[in-house]
Amino acid sequence: MDFSDAFLNATVLQKYAPSILSGVWVTLYLSAIIVVAGTALGLILACIRACGWKAVNFVIIVYADILRALPPLVLILIAYFGLPGVGVLWSSNLVLFIVLTLILAAFAEEIFWAGITSVGKGQWEASRSTGLGFAQTLFWVVLPQGVRMGLPPLTNRAIAVTKMTALGSVIGVPDILNQATTAQSFSGNASPLTLAALAYVALFLPFVLLARWLETRFAWKRT
Amino acid sequence: MTLPILELAGLRKSFGELEILTGIDLKVTKGELAFVIGPSGSGKSTMLRCCNLLERPTSGAVMLEGRNIAASGVRLDPVRRRIGMVFQSFNLYPHLDALGNVSLALRKSLKLPRAEAAERAAAALERVGLAERARHHPAQLSGGQQQRVAIARAMALEPAVMLFDEPTSALDPELVGEVLAVMRELREAGMTMVVVSHEMRFAREAADRVIFMDQGAIVEQGTAEEIFGAPKSSRLQAFLARQAA
Repeated sequence: MDFSDAFLNATVLQKYAPSILSGVWVTLYLSAIIVVAGTALGLILACIRACGWKAVNFVIIVYADILRALPPLVLILIAYFGLPGVGVLWSSNLVLFIVLTLILAAFAEEIFWAGITSVGKGQWEASRSTGLGFAQTLFWVVLPQGVRMGLPPLTNRAIAVTKMTALGSVIGVPDILNQATTAQSFSGNASPLTLAALAYVALFLPFVLLARWLETRFAWKRT
Repeated sequence: MTLPILELAGLRKSFGELEILTGIDLKVTKGELAFVIGPSGSGKSTMLRCCNLLERPTSGAVMLEGRNIAASGVRLDPVRRRIGMVFQSFNLYPHLDALGNVSLALRKSLKLPRAEAAERAAAALERVGLAERARHHPAQLSGGQQQRVAIARAMALEPAVMLFDEPTSALDPELVGEVLAVMRELREAGMTMVVVSHEMRFAREAADRVIFMDQGAIVEQGTAEEIFGAPKSSRLQAFLARQAA
């Protein structure tokens, strides 16, 4: 068996392309809602943290640190196999969505928080001195600057977390990798995995390039 | 005697053990330009920042148009619209253009409709001579222009009094003049102003009253001629001698 037959077998590729394409939609759909929900939750947590309630902030920090420390697969397995034991029956898609959203939110919270704290005290004072309230200052003055600063790292982190949708294959989420490994075991040929790799590159390369562009673009002009 | 617009009474401020203001009594009447001088660390900026409660005084009263705004329970946001502040480091919003900087508070704090806010902001920029720079971002403006935008931002809210915290200290010497010119014009238009600055020439020429502070207290005050021409206290004499040197 030569290389092209092992990795690029035309018959196998043709046969399993539709199922991998269906996996592309699952991966794409899950990635999209994870990015939106995780970023939004992270932003909300960072804003709450800006209010400076000590007890609340402690909880947020503990949450962010633990979720950033745990390997995502551990959380996925605990949620999928553990929760039914306490009567919570979530589908594999829902488990993957919730776990990855919570993980992305933990990273996003830290990124947005870093952005918020990087905005100087003078900006707060200027805004408050013109009669804007705390929330108005946060929303109209601080966040536009802080979020902008956080965009490049956030894009990188969003890519990293959405790629983890591939972990869903271990709990039966019908994503790209799951379809490919199923096809691989039926066909006894690695070509579906090659196709899966190509699908991932096609999906994520644009976002990697976007992150690169953001990094050069958002070198902020300051006086 | 006219009722003071701004009055500080028995104002004290401590940071931990350190007492920065040791009891300030000051009245500023309508249309007056009160000019505060003194060595660095004398508490001038802290006093100014107490006037709009950016620093909360440890004790004492800050009376704005007859009402103690340092009392507990006073909603500060509406009060601060009546007190404009100009900062040493301009503190313009870098993500907004000049017009956006001036109109933000008009829209979000005064709740003016967008068009009306833009109109009023444009008029304020016109007054500081920057009408044609309305669409420039702070990074595209010189230091002097940035400070003029900052003055327009404070002025556009039509405050009862304006506070200037070393408005020209961060500027290159050749840019100081344009900012002082705007302040002179404001004064001629009848704006009540409290200015903390080291621009002694401007004080001589424009101040109605010069206040000398040292070690957290007002040591001496009077007209510019009295303060600069015939200083009474030895501390003021020493301070002026150091300035001249």
